[in-house]
Amino acid sequence: MRNYIRLSILIAIGAFSSVTIAANSSALLKDRCASCHKLEGPVAQTAEEAWQQKAPDLFYAGVKYKRKWLSSWLVKPTRIRPAGYLYFNHIKPGKEMDEIDQSTLPKHPALTASEAEMASDALMKLTNAPTDLKKGEFSGKSISISFGEMTFDKFNGCMACHQIEPGYGGLSGPEVYTAANRLQEDYLVSFIRSPQAWNPKSLMPNRHVKEANIQKLVAYLVALSKEEWK
Amino acid sequence: MKQLSLLLLSFFITTPLYAASGEENYKAYCWQCHGMQGDGMGINIENMSVQPRDHTDRKSMSARSDAELFKVIKEGGLSIDKSVLMPPWADVMSDAEIKAIVKYLRKLCDCS
Repeated sequence: MRNYIRLSILIAIGAFSSVTIAANSSALLKDRCASCHKLEGPVAQTAEEAWQQKAPDLFYAGVKYKRKWLSSWLVKPTRIRPAGYLYFNHIKPGKEMDEIDQSTLPKHPALTASEAEMASDALMKLTNAPTDLKKGEFSGKSISISFGEMTFDKFNGCMACHQIEPGYGGLSGPEVYTAANRLQEDYLVSFIRSPQAWNPKSLMPNRHVKEANIQKLVAYLVALSKEEWK
Repeated sequence: MKQLSLLLLSFFITTPLYAASGEENYKAYCWQCHGMQGDGMGINIENMSVQPRDHTDRKSMSARSDAELFKVIKEGGLSIDKSVLMPPWADVMSDAEIKAIVKYLRKLCDCS
């Protein structure tokens, strides 16, 4: 009987702790992330709203990001988009060409390791995707970097906006050489297939890439992510 | 009252929620390559194999019809045998919005 009571108390404490941790995680997101990121859907409903956003939507973070990357990046955040979330809010005319106005780029706050773990757990529970996302979209087939680059650059022109290695490529979009470290492959397939299904005013055009080539593009991003970039 | 309701209804049917002016869409989607001043000097050009068109160049812009400009914005560079670097924007903007961009381009080049 005494053991039964002890066990019941332990279970109650465990359940209370889980509820408390979940509540704390949720409070952490609201406290540290909500001033720039949307934690609840829907996506921006007008062009004006979309273009005033300071950072990516997080209400589907759980189907977009890789947890391992989240927990390490949140401790030591680095810039992924050279010209900020919406490039046109962070550029200025230069002597020869337009330049990034570094003074306008906000620095992402860093979390402690324990906060980052809590935040990552909470983020992975946000799965309100604006479109259907099937598991297993990515076939997992590999491609060499040279063939992948042909599909990415020569046939689809993606390098116009994205860097394929540090310092090489366009600046308005996010760097892609780390994309597969950061993002789930199934999400990448779905996003390339229709960026506007995820965000109607996305700056990423829909090139109506054939399914087989979408697989090649994601395989290329996976290959790039395995390189050691400095 | 009924007429006013119909008028409002037709406004919401014909004006997509995401619609923006030619100048606003140009800023969001075209500045990155064609530049803040439309001179082809956007932030993305450094490693481009083909340089973006200078929309303030009266001579070259006069050589393009409105229909060609509309087509290249909607369907991308390859649709008029130009660079793959110019993407198709059909899924982002309506035909009316693309027409508004063409109108804005004519303002930039001060040409027809």
